[in-house]
Amino acid sequence: MAEQVSTQVPGNVWKVLVKPGDAVKSGDTLFILEVMKTEVPHEASSDGIVSAVHIQEEQEGVDAGTLAVEIE
Amino acid sequence: MKRVLIANRGEIACRVMRSCRDLGLEAVAVYSEADAEALHVALADAAEPVGGAPAKESYLVAENILTAAKRSGADAIHPGYGFLAENPRFAEAVAEAGLTWIGPRPKTIEDMGDKERARLLARSAGVPVLPGSARFGPGDTEGLDAAAADVGYPLLVKASAGGGGIGMRRVDDPADLEKVVTATQSMAEKSFGDGTVYLERLVAKARHVEIQVFGLGNGEAVHLFERDCSIQRRFQKIVEESPAPGLPAGMSDRMAEAAVALAKQERYRGAGTVEFVVDDESEDFYFLEMNTRIQVEHPVTEMTTGRDLVGMQIRLARGDDMSDLTQDTIAAEGHAIECRVYAENPAKMFLPSPGTLTRFDLPTESETVRVDTGFRNGDTITFHYDPMIAKLVCRGGDRNEAIANSLAALDAFEVEGLTTNIEFLKKTLAHDAFRAGEVHTGFVDAHKADLTEL
Repeated sequence: MAEQVSTQVPGNVWKVLVKPGDAVKSGDTLFILEVMKTEVPHEASSDGIVSAVHIQEEQEGVDAGTLAVEIE
Repeated sequence: MKRVLIANRGEIACRVMRSCRDLGLEAVAVYSEADAEALHVALADAAEPVGGAPAKESYLVAENILTAAKRSGADAIHPGYGFLAENPRFAEAVAEAGLTWIGPRPKTIEDMGDKERARLLARSAGVPVLPGSARFGPGDTEGLDAAAADVGYPLLVKASAGGGGIGMRRVDDPADLEKVVTATQSMAEKSFGDGTVYLERLVAKARHVEIQVFGLGNGEAVHLFERDCSIQRRFQKIVEESPAPGLPAGMSDRMAEAAVALAKQERYRGAGTVEFVVDDESEDFYFLEMNTRIQVEHPVTEMTTGRDLVGMQIRLARGDDMSDLTQDTIAAEGHAIECRVYAENPAKMFLPSPGTLTRFDLPTESETVRVDTGFRNGDTITFHYDPMIAKLVCRGGDRNEAIANSLAALDAFEVEGLTTNIEFLKKTLAHDAFRAGEVHTGFVDAHKADLTEL
């Protein structure tokens, strides 16, 4: 099942933990935003293979709802 | 001293300004690109830009702050809390620039910033510290089992360079010890560039109680009683109060005595806080750390003692005679509670909620209700900084009255445009366990369903 993971809130990209081709399971952390001095992890909600990553570490000021990771 | 630059933003910048005015001093604000229109800038006598919106490009850049101080003709710097407040190099640089640093000596800041050194200093002042081991460098596990047996299980494996709950792992079973130590060493190396760890006794059911101290820098020091800060989420405080409810008889006195002994030993200068963890089961208390700054929750103490802690910091720094500040002149009355109002969503694991305050009406302030904020109607709360949008501090003749006053004041907040934890705060204060004084650091997790259900 294809999944598109978008940012929940605006913030800076702190860590990106996956790259295209990686196998992920539901619940795996894909990337972590830094928002208001707090780490906000974003997780996969399905199993699959990462097909695209649209954000990069240290990217600043990413809006809420930005498409970040695609899983197929 | 005529002109004080406040190296901070938000509510604490506005708060420090009030004490400056009371003492006949001018206040200079600094602001990042995101804060040009902020309340603390509007309230100041002068304001200086210090760089870009991210704190590491502005509020954390010592050089920019010092340049702003020179440009504005300030002769003193108050750091507030956070940012550069506990950076000994910055404190030194302020003095080297010929300005007055409103804070403890740089050496004290440095000593207390090093966890292991702080533990040693506390121990030498006769302050109880948690059983802990020597350090184990990266890959070093020799003598680990014996060290763990000395500390006792359950224990925490802690990264020496860690902090804020990061780099900490719990071990219950001796069979897991080596594996966890090795994993923590390698994680700490990656995260902090220092793979050194140590073992520390884990207090299963803990309360967090701290003592406010004030030292004159000459070996004299007093305490201003305790604050209970057990109600936390993600290792950050949400509700603080004084006195601490239901401590074993005499414990707060013993803690205060220990804190003052440490402050005297260090010839501590200014406002500081000695934090303790209280073991709810064994009824022992242990030194956690000493914070060498004014703290977020200082108004709790101001409400019960009637003292202006920031004003005291400034007066000491400018050389006022404060020799009349003796322990017998300090008294506390009634009960005070602080609620931290955060832009966050408790129902979504406290997800931060930046946004614009399309409505921001505050409770009316009075003898018993104090609101400290750095924001107004229409202001934007950005993702760059802390999520705290206001502090509500209420006093009552006793704890029940302080709770009732807090609940009424929380009801009077009208906030629109972003999600806040106000409902969560109300549920916390109204909870039977809170009313009964059954506070501990696991409170929010233990009562999560009660506190976050709509």
